Amino acid sequence: MHELAVTESILNIAEKHAVQAGASKITDIYITLGQLSSIVDDSVQFYWDIISADKPICQGAALHFQRIPARLVCLACAHEYEIPTELEPCPQCGSFQVKVLAGEEFWVDSIEIEKSDEELAL
Amino acid sequence: MSTSRITVVEKILSANDQVAEQNRARFDQAGVFTINLMASPGAGKTSLILETIRAVVPDLRVGVIEGDTAPVTIDADKITEAGMPAVQINTGGDCHLDAVMISYGLQQLNLEEIDLLIVENVGNLVCPAAFNLGTHANVLIASVPEGDDKPYKYPNIYRNLEVLIINKTDLLPYVRFNMDYFRQGVEMLNPGLQTFPVSCTTGEGIEQWAAWLKSKVQNAKQK
Ligand SMILES: Nc1nc2c(ncn2[C@@H]2O[C@H](COP(=O)(O)OP(=O)(O)O)[C@@H](O)[C@H]2O)c(=O)[nH]1
Ligand SMILES: [Mg+2]
Ligand SMILES: [Zn+2]
Repeated sequence: MHELAVTESILNIAEKHAVQAGASKITDIYITLGQLSSIVDDSVQFYWDIISADKPICQGAALHFQRIPARLVCLACAHEYEIPTELEPCPQCGSFQVKVLAGEEFWVDSIEIEKSDEELAL
Repeated sequence: MSTSRITVVEKILSANDQVAEQNRARFDQAGVFTINLMASPGAGKTSLILETIRAVVPDLRVGVIEGDTAPVTIDADKITEAGMPAVQINTGGDCHLDAVMISYGLQQLNLEEIDLLIVENVGNLVCPAAFNLGTHANVLIASVPEGDDKPYKYPNIYRNLEVLIINKTDLLPYVRFNMDYFRQGVEMLNPGLQTFPVSCTTGEGIEQWAAWLKSKVQNAKQK
């Protein structure tokens, strides 16, 4: 999977917002991940530890993943349902005409930062 | 020392999307229709490109960007032999092409000299699906010997397609492949998806696919 590229993107986004806010350090990064985005959290954390090592502002930040379950709606009978792991036709009427409502989310939600007192005084 | 929470809400890979938009603008300005051809290794991407060139030349001028994980020019050489400009992009082991690699590839390709650009993505059913290249149509080749369960196993790549090619239909008599089961999976992921069953070996179905491409190229030019 392409977790390295994903992790680099997370780092760039977090760093950009932290610098804009005048942060000295990022302590936490909150990431929203839909079930359908097929990203493995553990490998993102693994790459994070490596690529943030030479970025003092990012180093040591904790990554938090919020998983959003996949929700589908049946186009035939309007029934809404969550899929456990596998793709399934509408459990109510058996139709294959279904649409994804949620589960494709893939973004950096927020970051928690520290500012040193000097920077606050400025 | 003080701490605070900052709201970000920025899409991961949004930087890729921005470059993809720039690529798209370049294609539109040149009036070139572009496709991102994805499939597992061996499904017949290069074969389909060669058959397509045979079917649309001389009506269309075709350019090809070849994505490979290794610095081998086997695929690109075949295109050049067929008389069309080919650019090789070596991803350095990466499992997918991204929009930046395409923009580099475009430095070596004169868009004014072609009508249709085909990008052969890296053979992989997972990663290419996540990276928008700025092309007009995502095209997936599913080949019969890969099995009929692939939509169920690799749903993400099927969700973002404009066209599905079912290749190696000449092998249907020899391989257990339940077409109804396959198509049901596809229908759930991408209702009404435009599909072309073809065989690059016998040439069956290539004409219909080529006709679709020609009509898209016409539209791209008129814009
Ligand atoms: N029987 C059969 N073999 C095919 C067909 N299309 C491609 N192949 C063979 O499949 C193999 C892989 O094809 P290639 O185009 O290199 O696949 P790529 O890795 O996706 O670019 C080659 O040996 C092709 O000759 C087809 O329609 N039928
Ligand atoms: Mg190939
Ligand atoms: Zn239903």
